[in-house]
Amino acid sequence: AMDTDLSSQDRKDLDKFIKFFALKTVQVIVQARLGEKICTRSSSSPTGSDWFNLAIKDIPEVTHEAKKALAGQLPAVGRSMCVEISLKTSEGDSMELEIWCLEMNEKCDKEIKVSYTVYNRLSLLLKSLLAITRVTPAYRLSRKQGHEYVILYRIYFGEVQLSGLGEGFQTVRVGTVGTPVGTITLSCAYRINLAFMSTRQFERTPPIMGIIIDHFVDRPYPSSSPMHPCNYRAGEDNGAVYPSVEDSQEVCTTSFSTSPPSQCVFTVTKAHFQTSPPVVTDTLKVPVTGLAFSHQLSSSRLSYQPAALGVGSADMGYPVLFAGGLNAAHPHQLIGPGKEGGVPPIPSQPAHGTQADQDRMCTPLDGVHYSAATPSSSEDTETVSNSSEGKCGSPHDLLETIFIRKVGAFVNKPINQVTMANLDIPFAMFAPKNVELEDNDPMVNPPDSPETESPLQGSLHSEGSSGSSAGNTHDDFVMIDFKPAFSKDDILPMDLGTFYREFQNPPQLSSLSIDIGAQSMAEDLDSLPEKLAVHEKNVREFDAFVETLQ
Amino acid sequence: PHRPTPTMNCRAEVLEVSVEGRQVEEAMLAVLHTVLLHRSTGKFHYKKEGTYSIGTVGTQDVDCDFIDFAYVRVSSEELDRALRKAVGEFKDALRNSGSDGMGQISLEFYQKKKSRWPFSDECIPWELWTIKVNVVNLANEQERQICREKVGEKLCEKIINIVEVMNRHEYLPKMPTQSEVDNVFDTSLKDVQPYLYKISYQITDSLGSSVTTTMRRLIKDTLAL
Repeated sequence: AMDTDLSSQDRKDLDKFIKFFALKTVQVIVQARLGEKICTRSSSSPTGSDWFNLAIKDIPEVTHEAKKALAGQLPAVGRSMCVEISLKTSEGDSMELEIWCLEMNEKCDKEIKVSYTVYNRLSLLLKSLLAITRVTPAYRLSRKQGHEYVILYRIYFGEVQLSGLGEGFQTVRVGTVGTPVGTITLSCAYRINLAFMSTRQFERTPPIMGIIIDHFVDRPYPSSSPMHPCNYRAGEDNGAVYPSVEDSQEVCTTSFSTSPPSQCVFTVTKAHFQTSPPVVTDTLKVPVTGLAFSHQLSSSRLSYQPAALGVGSADMGYPVLFAGGLNAAHPHQLIGPGKEGGVPPIPSQPAHGTQADQDRMCTPLDGVHYSAATPSSSEDTETVSNSSEGKCGSPHDLLETIFIRKVGAFVNKPINQVTMANLDIPFAMFAPKNVELEDNDPMVNPPDSPETESPLQGSLHSEGSSGSSAGNTHDDFVMIDFKPAFSKDDILPMDLGTFYREFQNPPQLSSLSIDIGAQSMAEDLDSLPEKLAVHEKNVREFDAFVETLQ
Repeated sequence: PHRPTPTMNCRAEVLEVSVEGRQVEEAMLAVLHTVLLHRSTGKFHYKKEGTYSIGTVGTQDVDCDFIDFAYVRVSSEELDRALRKAVGEFKDALRNSGSDGMGQISLEFYQKKKSRWPFSDECIPWELWTIKVNVVNLANEQERQICREKVGEKLCEKIINIVEVMNRHEYLPKMPTQSEVDNVFDTSLKDVQPYLYKISYQITDSLGSSVTTTMRRLIKDTLAL
């Protein structure tokens, strides 16, 4: 019937909502993988530029990439927008970690109010996305990126491709919103081989020299877009120029009405800004239909012989800042055991190489300034102070580095079968330890007291060399040598390492041993009859007391 | 005169966590903030003819110190303070109870319904979140390290559960007119506007019943003699 069809205004509004929802979705996902804590301010007065009433910054390059991928289209049945998150090590091997999918199915909700209910539910869905992006395994990985690996993103539009996630990947649904033209669903499929990856320090292996990885990616879809690092900054010779923030922007000025639904008011106005708002929002200039670039992934030969750098063979249609993870001038020497201190001598952006010298100040692009907060230092940055509400610095530097995407040699190999001892594999450092048995899990079986041995004797720390403490059956890591930092062998007859190993599991206190416990229990039981006799004698007194309570 | 609070149509969700004592606060805050993230809007600004505009909600990441976990909360110091106060009281009550370290904290969303004199306003709950907490004691540093990770993983599951519930798009109070807004939303904060909520908690004694009910039963039984 005609009156259930969407009015043209509603249709326009709905398309706009879906489009901006897609753009905001990409922003949330990529920003959640930058490796930094995100902080935006609440504002009681609507600024008119915050879609879905949420303060989500727009990183221009990310919006640009998203629009490029969408090419003027909207998610529809069979045409999904996917954000692929992957990890790339400093040796150049990469692995897909997650695919975030924004899909549309055919189930329509004709009754729902576009300008009100759909809008609010999309806002709720974005909040859910903010929450969920912090709980998949890649979040913790991304917080620790920088030295051994970086996190990259890639946006594509079309059919969802999950094959790169390895076997047994899991999915989590973020949510759905029904609309008159279909149901929007947002979900994430993520690799679980790394799900239990410890975030503790790994033993660093010496660099794998002499291995040539000669793989090229034969993707089924030739128009795949290049990878981008989540943590990136602007470069001087970056040929690509991004649309500048114009004065006239289409913003979402929403007015809601509490009157009956038929009188729902929703306005979208073009507002003219005198000055660029500090939060960059997008112009509505949708790129010309059709992909701006047609590119094909070509074979790239990455070798560990410093002289050869496979970039030359790449055939890219646009300026390549850097490709691959190698640069003759920056050998990727990983810290080997025995080195003191904790900081690897790798230059701070190994995989970004380029004119590298660690110039982390961002070049102002398009008149927009991002505060030049230095991204995570080499140390574990979980001590980043809880920013108060006022400090909401933009954590991103803005270098765009364009990578040639390459699938690592062992991407689909079940990592469980790989042991640390086999140093030939690229992802040795990520090899998960065996999932500990439930028997050893204090959360499942809280330790009884007393006990002669700590139930967690066989700890997951890879401790001890050949003569390690008992019960290390769960260790996949075999420590070759344990040279604790700053310890000296010659001063003490026992070095710090040995001391640590020996006193790792001290013997239980004798007072807590079973014998003594049983003894006191027996004593208690023996004294019971005596105690009962005493109580019986005084039963009259007890009764009197109870009487007084009445 | 007192009318009992109607509890029909109140959605109830229960989450359970086992944590170490020092993890209680962060774990509770993570769950409560995640729920409130979904149940807070920007400030409403009413205009003529019953239309209103909505302010902007900012968000920020919070890292936990005692748990390998991070979560997102609404950027509102007032709201954070209110939650921290409630969670702090809960933690202290747990510690001082002398029980086995079991208790629960509840976050209830309600609407106010004005009643005529002599009846007082009713509070009608429409969503109730209960977090049951079991405090474990660990023997050594290794166990604590594992606990950090395990609790982190458990909290990830809880967040996913919460988001699932939120996605059901079940009953939400109707958007109120200006005169009714204080019956639906807490308009006292300056930067965000959560639905009206209250937080309460109970400590469970070792018999598994809450301390308050045990006391009540004791007194009743005594008086019945």
